[in-house]
Amino acid sequence: MSGTHYVYWLLFALMMIGLYVVISHGNLLKKMIGLTLFQVSVFLFFISLGKVEDGSAPIISPEVETYSHPLPQVLILTAIVVGVATLAVGLALAVRIFEAYGTVEEQDMQERDEDRHGAAS
Amino acid sequence: MTTFTVINFTLLTILTVTALVIARLRALYEAAMLTALSSLVTASLFVLMDAVDVAFTEAAVGVGISTVLLLGVLALTRSREAVTPRHRHLPAIAVTALTGGLLVYAAQDLPAFGSADSPVQRHPVTEVYLHQSQKEIGVPNTVTAVLASYRALDTLGELVVVFAAGTAVLLLLGPLTHGKRRQNLDLMEYKVLRVVSSLLMPFVLVFALYVLFHGDFGPGGGFQAGVIFATGFVLHGLVFGLDKSQRVLPPAALGSLVPLGLGLFVGLGVVTMLLGGSFLDYGTLLPTGGPAAQHLGILTVEVAIGITVAAVMTSIFFAFAGRRPTR
Repeated sequence: MSGTHYVYWLLFALMMIGLYVVISHGNLLKKMIGLTLFQVSVFLFFISLGKVEDGSAPIISPEVETYSHPLPQVLILTAIVVGVATLAVGLALAVRIFEAYGTVEEQDMQERDEDRHGAAS
Repeated sequence: MTTFTVINFTLLTILTVTALVIARLRALYEAAMLTALSSLVTASLFVLMDAVDVAFTEAAVGVGISTVLLLGVLALTRSREAVTPRHRHLPAIAVTALTGGLLVYAAQDLPAFGSADSPVQRHPVTEVYLHQSQKEIGVPNTVTAVLASYRALDTLGELVVVFAAGTAVLLLLGPLTHGKRRQNLDLMEYKVLRVVSSLLMPFVLVFALYVLFHGDFGPGGGFQAGVIFATGFVLHGLVFGLDKSQRVLPPAALGSLVPLGLGLFVGLGVVTMLLGGSFLDYGTLLPTGGPAAQHLGILTVEVAIGITVAAVMTSIFFAFAGRRPTR
């Protein structure tokens, strides 16, 4: 452990805020926002592991000697685009749920389901 | 303390504080806008950590597309969150405290941030990607070399996920063409917006092409170009209304572009197999082999990625914007 671990700690704090929102909030859209925050912190964590002190972007040029590692960047680059595509799927589901239930709150949805079951039996 | 540390610490703190505010806000429009801000800060952090390609993507995706999607969904649903009941907070606090504690405990074993002798940097693959690639592939941007050549199969998998997600959204929100709908996203009456965005539009598209074809030498590539293309069309759709931009880009054409890129990618793999190599082995594309064949393969793959990503992102936006609010 050294004096530079503040980077990881701050990223973990961000990750936990995202996780907290996902677990505690009942609003589906807020959950998606929380998931985005969580995702961003994972991205940053990956990139931070590839960074070298005094390094440069991994684009080879004769004047540069130290480069950061390209592999985490490749993985995260594709993950961001996949992330927004899956976010869109989540949001589309939320829209359909809203059209069926008239709400995006978990609590209200459960109540409506129980009412429906109560009416049927 | 170096300047780097100061900037890094400040940006990370801004990011964490923004996240805290987002977690507390019950007005979701504001939360969505702050999410865009946090994306912008994240993009700056990516630049600081030498990940210019990633920063590019994050700026276009996080600030542009995902914000527009979130706002569009808020317009379709409710933008105010209910009060979270007190009894839901406690388990969440317990879980996050436990997980966070474990992560901090485990982080003691992590190498120092930026150290040059961490396992990541000492792995043999570092040498291959940074130096050997210059002889084998001859592309200065090693991110592009790894993305489109060394790990092309992996990238194909990611593209399939993007394709599947795009298809799922279209299945959930119905076909893009159906009768007359309400224009919930139309800013035609704002003259300044209209003039500025029609001036910007060609530049956005030319820039996307530049990013696509310059990906070998500088930051850029298919994913970035795809999302920049899509932001161009999202901007057009927002300002001129959905009907106008669907006249420019008919849903049928868009729908056929979605699988086209994926087909091109897989097709290239099949061609290399027919030429006697393994799947996506670009060396077989030209009789001379070497960097020239690699360039050809990488360019085809980047164009394929660009087509599918741009088409998926644009049709996702059309699907959300074309949905009629049920209230």
